[in-house]
Amino acid sequence: MNLPNDLLYSEEHEWVKKEGNKVRIGITDFAQDELGDIVFVELPEVGEEIDADEPFGSVESVKTVSELYAPVSGTVVEINEELEDSPEFVNESPYENAWMIVVELSDEAELDKLLSPEAYQAFVEED
Amino acid sequence: MEFRYLPMTDADKQNMLEQIGIQSTDELFSNIPGKIRLKEDLKLKKPANEFQLKKELASMAARNKHTIDNTSFLGAGVYDHFIPSVVDHVISRSEFYTAYTPYQPEISQGELQAIFEFQTMISELTGMPVANSSMYDGGTALAEAMNLSAASTRKKKIIVSKAVHPESRAVMETYAVGPDLEIVEIDHHNGVTDLEQLAKELDENTASVIIQYPNFFGQIEPLAKIKELIQEQKKTMLVVSSNPLALGYLTPPGEFGADIVVGDTQVFGIPAQFGGPHCGYFATTDKLMRKVPGRLVGQTTDENGLRGYVLTLQAREQHIRRDKATSNICSNQALNALASSVAMSSIGKHGLRKMAELNMQKARYAKQKLEASGFEVVFNGVFFNEIVVKLSNSVSTINKKLLDRGIIGGYDLGKNYPDLDQHMLIAVTEIRTKEEIEAFVIELGEIING
Repeated sequence: MNLPNDLLYSEEHEWVKKEGNKVRIGITDFAQDELGDIVFVELPEVGEEIDADEPFGSVESVKTVSELYAPVSGTVVEINEELEDSPEFVNESPYENAWMIVVELSDEAELDKLLSPEAYQAFVEED
Repeated sequence: MEFRYLPMTDADKQNMLEQIGIQSTDELFSNIPGKIRLKEDLKLKKPANEFQLKKELASMAARNKHTIDNTSFLGAGVYDHFIPSVVDHVISRSEFYTAYTPYQPEISQGELQAIFEFQTMISELTGMPVANSSMYDGGTALAEAMNLSAASTRKKKIIVSKAVHPESRAVMETYAVGPDLEIVEIDHHNGVTDLEQLAKELDENTASVIIQYPNFFGQIEPLAKIKELIQEQKKTMLVVSSNPLALGYLTPPGEFGADIVVGDTQVFGIPAQFGGPHCGYFATTDKLMRKVPGRLVGQTTDENGLRGYVLTLQAREQHIRRDKATSNICSNQALNALASSVAMSSIGKHGLRKMAELNMQKARYAKQKLEASGFEVVFNGVFFNEIVVKLSNSVSTINKKLLDRGIIGGYDLGKNYPDLDQHMLIAVTEIRTKEEIEAFVIELGEIING
């Protein structure tokens, strides 16, 4: 399972990359593998406020639709429009081409609740 | 008691009793307390033999008044149209008649293809790129459209014209309870939606504006003007309920920028059937495709590269998406949709337009004849195949007398519109002859004056 060292993770299988006072968010390699072939990604609109632990969008595979839960709170400043035409990026390149949204943090302290790569690895293996 | 339709013999029963290890079937009910068990026979009439039963049912059925021997001028959402004989032949084939939901595409290609054709025809008629496999009926299709508009825009206010079918509006009221939507009704003005009132009610909380085209009175609503008004609110959707036969002639709602178009295909190949079952349709934009309720048939290729059909986008449906689905519908009206598809194919694209034209021409002939006899036909806008006539007596009294003369009269608008008391909504379809129309006007005149 691919697990980059420079990212933080959530129990809902999202990765978070800190970029100043903003974070870039996507779903993990583990998540895409569990979901199967992704056919559609539903993202919020730029400008939308999202709240930690609340759904901000969804990812649809051939067998199910899963909510995407916000790992942090803030304002959506960028969304990855490529995913509309190429949802398969989520399977092929979950950490690079398939970033989903960039959020301007409203509370940097929320990052402390996220998991380190080792903690996420342990969490996944636990199940 | 022996029932000739149950195949088990005494020997079969004895064998089963021995297998289970009991003496009689009574022992199977031994744990039901004796004092609550029925001891005497059920109070039913003596069983009839097949011949007696057929006679009894036939005499009950004979009490029905049928459009075969009564000339119908009743519309108001359910119409007396030509049904090609081939419809019955095709839908009676057991492969279609007994088909269940085509969840297994490998054994359901016929059914799936038929539904795909239905979707395609609806898409063409409405001018919308996406159409589903059918809904229960036009009323619930409209309510589902209302819910989709609210869920998608995340707004709670629904504006609907009072010129939308009263029963559709009643269904909407029921569906609005769950998601707690606020329904605001707009009055009609000279038979079409009051645009001034609409403009006043439109605000940033409005999820959608719902219009019927042609409307309940048969009048053609000014969709271009309505869309222009709606456009001031970036998120508000335009939902249109449309008689698909009328769409054979009128500009499709899709061309006016409608977001969702729904209606009922009873006009194609489905008899009135005492109110149902009929067949709803639901068409929308690509943007809303993943929010569409009900089933969607898609075209694809199999492992040999051959064209095939499947139920697609199933992850939207309530059995997978559960409480996040936009609807709890998990069915469609396959057999009736098939009847409509066969009727539409049989009539053909050009025939459909011709059929719509005939409806319009005959309704205009009826209007002419009524006015020549001194009747007032209210509303002077463009209309499809229905007109509203002002009478000088109770519509139900007049209809009773018309029925005695073998004519089914029009709808009593006073039932739903206090300002249209003693007004009759008359429908004239392509199968009404010149003689029938003239006879109707004469009879109406005699009843009024007599």
